[in-house]
Amino acid sequence: MSSTTDASTGRAQIAARTLRTDRWWLPPLANAVGLAAWVAYATVRAFMQDYYYVPEYGYLTPFYSPCVSTGCVPEASHFGQILPDVWWLPYAAISLPFLLLFRLTCYYYRKAYYRAFWLSPPACAVAEPHKKYSGETRFPLIMQNLHRYFFYIAGLITLINLYDAIEAFFKPGGGFGLGLGNIILLVNVVLLFAYTLSCHSCRSGVGGRINHFSRHPVRYKMWTFVTKLNTRHMQFAWATLASLAITDFYIMAVSAGWITDLRIVG
Amino acid sequence: MSESTGSVRADVTQGAAPHTGEAHTDENIEQHDYDVVVIGAGGAGLRAAIEARLQGKRTAIISKSLFGKAHTVMAEGGCAASMGNANPNDNWQVHYRDTMRGGKFLNNWRMAELHAKEAPDRVWELETYGALFDRLPDGTISQRNFGGHTYPRLAHVGDRTGLELIRTLQQKVVSLQQEDFKATGDYESHIRVFHECTITELFKTRQEGDSTAKIAGCFGYFRDNGRFVRFDAPAIVLATGGVGKSYSVTSNSWEYTGDGHALALRAGATLINMEFLQFHPTGMVWPPSVKGILVTESVRGDGGVLRNSDGKRFMFEYVPDVFKDQYATTEEEGDRWYEDADNNRRPPELLPRDEVARAINSEVKAGRGSPHGGVFLDIASRLKPEQILKRLPSMHHQFKELADVDITKEPMEVGPTCHYVMGGVEVDPDTAMSIVPGLFAAGEVAGGMHGSNRLGGNSLSDLLVFGRRSGLHAAQYVDSLGAAPAIAEADVSAALDRALLPFSTATDGGENPFQVQQELQKTMHELVGIIRKEDEMEMALKKLEDIATRTRTVSVSGHREFNPGWHLALDLRNMLLVSLCVGKAALERQESRGGHTRDDFPVMDSDWRHLLLVCSALGEDNVELTRKEQIAMRPELFDLFELDELKKYYTGEELGGHRADHGSAGEGAS
Amino acid sequence: MAESTSHLHHFKVWRGDDEKGEIVDYPVEVNEGEVVLDIIHRLQATEANDLAVRWNCKAGKCGSCSAEINGRPSLMCMTRMNTFADDEPVTVTPLRTFPVIRDLVTDVSFNYTKAREIPSFEPPKDLAPGEYRMQQVDVERSQEFRKCIECFLCQNTCHVVRDHEENKENFAGPRYLMRIAELDMHPLDAADRQLDAQDEHGLGMCNITKCCTEVCPEHIKITDNALIPMKERVVDRKYDPLVWLGSKIFKRSGA
Ligand SMILES: Cc1cc2nc3c(=O)[nH]c(=O)nc-3n(C[C@H](O)[C@H](O)[C@H](O)COP(=O)(O)OP(=O)(O)OC[C@H]3O[C@@H](n4cnc5c(N)ncnc54)[C@H](O)[C@@H]3O)c2cc1C
Ligand code: SF4
Ligand code: SF4
Ligand code: FES
Ligand code: FES
Repeated sequence: MSSTTDASTGRAQIAARTLRTDRWWLPPLANAVGLAAWVAYATVRAFMQDYYYVPEYGYLTPFYSPCVSTGCVPEASHFGQILPDVWWLPYAAISLPFLLLFRLTCYYYRKAYYRAFWLSPPACAVAEPHKKYSGETRFPLIMQNLHRYFFYIAGLITLINLYDAIEAFFKPGGGFGLGLGNIILLVNVVLLFAYTLSCHSCRSGVGGRINHFSRHPVRYKMWTFVTKLNTRHMQFAWATLASLAITDFYIMAVSAGWITDLRIVG
Repeated sequence: MSESTGSVRADVTQGAAPHTGEAHTDENIEQHDYDVVVIGAGGAGLRAAIEARLQGKRTAIISKSLFGKAHTVMAEGGCAASMGNANPNDNWQVHYRDTMRGGKFLNNWRMAELHAKEAPDRVWELETYGALFDRLPDGTISQRNFGGHTYPRLAHVGDRTGLELIRTLQQKVVSLQQEDFKATGDYESHIRVFHECTITELFKTRQEGDSTAKIAGCFGYFRDNGRFVRFDAPAIVLATGGVGKSYSVTSNSWEYTGDGHALALRAGATLINMEFLQFHPTGMVWPPSVKGILVTESVRGDGGVLRNSDGKRFMFEYVPDVFKDQYATTEEEGDRWYEDADNNRRPPELLPRDEVARAINSEVKAGRGSPHGGVFLDIASRLKPEQILKRLPSMHHQFKELADVDITKEPMEVGPTCHYVMGGVEVDPDTAMSIVPGLFAAGEVAGGMHGSNRLGGNSLSDLLVFGRRSGLHAAQYVDSLGAAPAIAEADVSAALDRALLPFSTATDGGENPFQVQQELQKTMHELVGIIRKEDEMEMALKKLEDIATRTRTVSVSGHREFNPGWHLALDLRNMLLVSLCVGKAALERQESRGGHTRDDFPVMDSDWRHLLLVCSALGEDNVELTRKEQIAMRPELFDLFELDELKKYYTGEELGGHRADHGSAGEGAS
Repeated sequence: MAESTSHLHHFKVWRGDDEKGEIVDYPVEVNEGEVVLDIIHRLQATEANDLAVRWNCKAGKCGSCSAEINGRPSLMCMTRMNTFADDEPVTVTPLRTFPVIRDLVTDVSFNYTKAREIPSFEPPKDLAPGEYRMQQVDVERSQEFRKCIECFLCQNTCHVVRDHEENKENFAGPRYLMRIAELDMHPLDAADRQLDAQDEHGLGMCNITKCCTEVCPEHIKITDNALIPMKERVVDRKYDPLVWLGSKIFKRSGA
């Protein structure tokens, strides 16, 4: 097992996996529960193919954006309909996989699930259960290096989400409208931007990779801005999970008629 | 020198592994040959080793602590060098004058001259090793103001300049090893670090006739496994730092037991200026765990004031006459100075270190101290919390983490702490060689450069300038030698016996070394501390005599692997020897100057300026004191000062050679 | 006079050598304001004269006194006793990733070996000493990494080597991967380090789980500011055809 516990290598002979006395298992457990719950919800919703659009107000849930299946309500398809309508294919199947990969390869989520699910390590100074470890040097984990491509794509998708949120201010029937749903959609988009822009690949791309900031004042400014956001990347990661679920749930609830949207204008 | 150096010659195994302190007859002693052995891996030692290696010499670096952890890491403020980046008027002459003034003209002027001239090159050189100093807008190295320096002069990296210095030199050593690896396939073919290794003895040749005995090598033990080691080397550079551990309140770490000072003495070299110790006025006094840790001068520079238990800003009572014109007389004026320095006089909290330290000492003695025997340093009522956090982040952090005191809300308790020893091995200013051929000294262990008081920031530059010089001249000395000096085997076994003595006395029921150490520290702190009196010092010397006997018989138990009791038992005799030097020299010097304050002789006396007190060893645990005349300053250096200033320090006849005197007084001193 | 409060605390200290060892119980006096290292020193001066411990500055500046306190890698001189409840036992063990020498002292030579494997600063050929010009914004990133006091707590905590002895050979560890980042971001360093970071020094072994950052007493953001940016720079060179193509077409400017 771990070199920490079977100290055959001249290390201090201590059998305990860890001598930590705090509740070190709590954060990985909480993360595992949180992530699992979210994935479960998202999976159910992605395949539900219903309650994703509120025609009166033009609310489209981000889980179905862009809605490009022939199964979509035409008003919800802002970017055409190119996918066949089959039960196993989510209506937003051209964006969802990339969003999934974006988050799966995100430096923060990597940390979270390596710790919470793979227990590698479960917490600092707590021995991990694996015999061998090669990190991100081999297939499949070496693919984590592709994160920046998913970042580029996710950036585009976030623009689509922005479009959706703006579009929702103009009711399909015509005229300007503002309801709680609009606010939720907008907050969600703002958080998505914060999460996406605070990405480490973004930080490197806008300026991190250069060594002479002083010769590139604009890029230095951008880097400083992204760096500020980046220190909160973890918070944005969780905030967007929450805001996505809330947005989706709200639209589902309104769409299903469980609640009525709180209207402010129109 | 010899071609076969740098390798383990033989591991003359004769007996069992050294797990106990006994059985030293079949002891195996690891042996190494080098051209130059540098004892000490602080700034001075590393710079010396780098130079010796650059001169093609096979070099060993020995250090008590791990590589990269020497005391130099603790330096905060900066490294003084008149690069003139921050103020173009700065140059070596100004730096020279500041240094001499700081030392009250007792400095070895040639060292001060070399130091002022060479410091900029030494700092620039560090950049080529990879150092990253803070910058000015024009891209050059930033320089900061510090007490006693006319212009902003200290190259710095935030408040961790010492760390930058040592890491840079450490990485330069590694880069040289990488070069050697490329050339020879062995990283350690030309420069090797022996860390956690303590040197306990220096060896000299035993020569008949009138030829002087030369350095031949040294002896020590590895702290981790307790094994003994000898280095055969014709040149040794001492760079072992200071002596502060002989005091109970000090900013210095356990390494500062004065090993180099004592090694030099026992090898026949001399120490000078040992009466001059710098007490920093503001060290932490509470909690006990951090007693002595430094509170940076910038706290006062940024508005912090000192108060006694009555809440009074007592420093106004302590402005000495010579400074009366430059310091504020009312709190209002002092406070205005922070905003408008040109039209107001500075507050007396910013008097030189020795003045402030003495004032705090008097307040405490008069019963107006803080609960834990210091005074209050108050910044909380002077600045807004945000300002404190911005200007003094590391102090805030230090008090928060170590003392659980929030300096934005409460005052700090501070008191004087033993900080730096100006005295040290008497060396030739140009070559850094002591009176023993082959024995060099640089850094805090060398004496002379700082005179009676060191300016802040002048130590780090001193390490670089004289570190390099000692390495260079050690290499040249080695080249000049004919045959390699040989170590007498009898000396080796004597050194071995001495090192094992604490184990053998164990059976005779000797004392716990920790106890003896505490007593020594207490004696020095209370009786030869910041303010000195004849009767107290006489008492101290008596006590030291007693401690000397007890030091010889301290006993330790357990094994030799990383045994702190044993290590201390061996360090103790160095602390003792050094304390004797301090005590005797302090008793002898009947004046007050810089880091030496006599209650019974409170003023500076020009007749003492040109006198050096020289210590040499008298057997294993006693020292002898002699007086020596300073060499007069070179005329063109003398002329850098105005006559009026010199008059404060020099006697009438000494002033004859000054430029202002030429023509009128005819021939002065040449 | 504020009387100091003191109480008896239950200390558990690992005593032993490279062959065997055990945790020994010591009841020991603790006074107000003390840190763990003070207590270890008290043991040393009283009942355990030969208790081995490494320390130097006692001010969190030299990085000598690293140990594991209640299982957490920490500096003994910076761990205040009042962070523990009076009746909470305090367990002190040596670092568990390096071979132990005795008691709390470990053999940290792994780190010095790794340090030597990282190519040193390569000074620019066309600049003499004194001619270096650098802007503060350009040196700041590397300066953060140079705050490192080489306590090796990060090296000790990193699971890549802590749990897998066999990885020691191919993995430089966070402190030295950070050293590569420091030099790679140095505005005047002339060497190319990015490919070697991945191929020679094991940057790919790091799975950015951030334990190095969590334990760093200097609060250096090792993972966010050194390791991840370095991974991104490696991607630039090794895994990003766009950047690679760009660099071929517009030959790399002074970036
Ligand atoms: C808190 C603090 C702040 C300071 N700030 C400043 C500042 O801002 N500017 C400034 O200029 N100066 C400052 N100083 C002073 C300066 O740091 C020291 O004077 C200087 O670092 C001494 O360096 P050194 O090379 O002589 O010795 P050190 O760095 O002390 O190194 C001594 C070396 O010798 C080794 N050694 C000792 N004895 C033996 C032995 N018997 N066998 C083997 N090896 C041995 C030690 O292990 C160590 O490696 C400060 C000092 C302190 C304590
Ligand atoms: S972030 Fe990487 S280097 Fe740091 S501890 Fe985790 S695996 Fe090791
Ligand atoms: S990076 Fe931090 S934890 Fe690692 S060695 Fe340096 S100071 Fe210690
Ligand atoms: S999205 Fe998390 S790092 Fe890129
Ligand atoms: S003793 Fe220096 S960091 Fe703890």
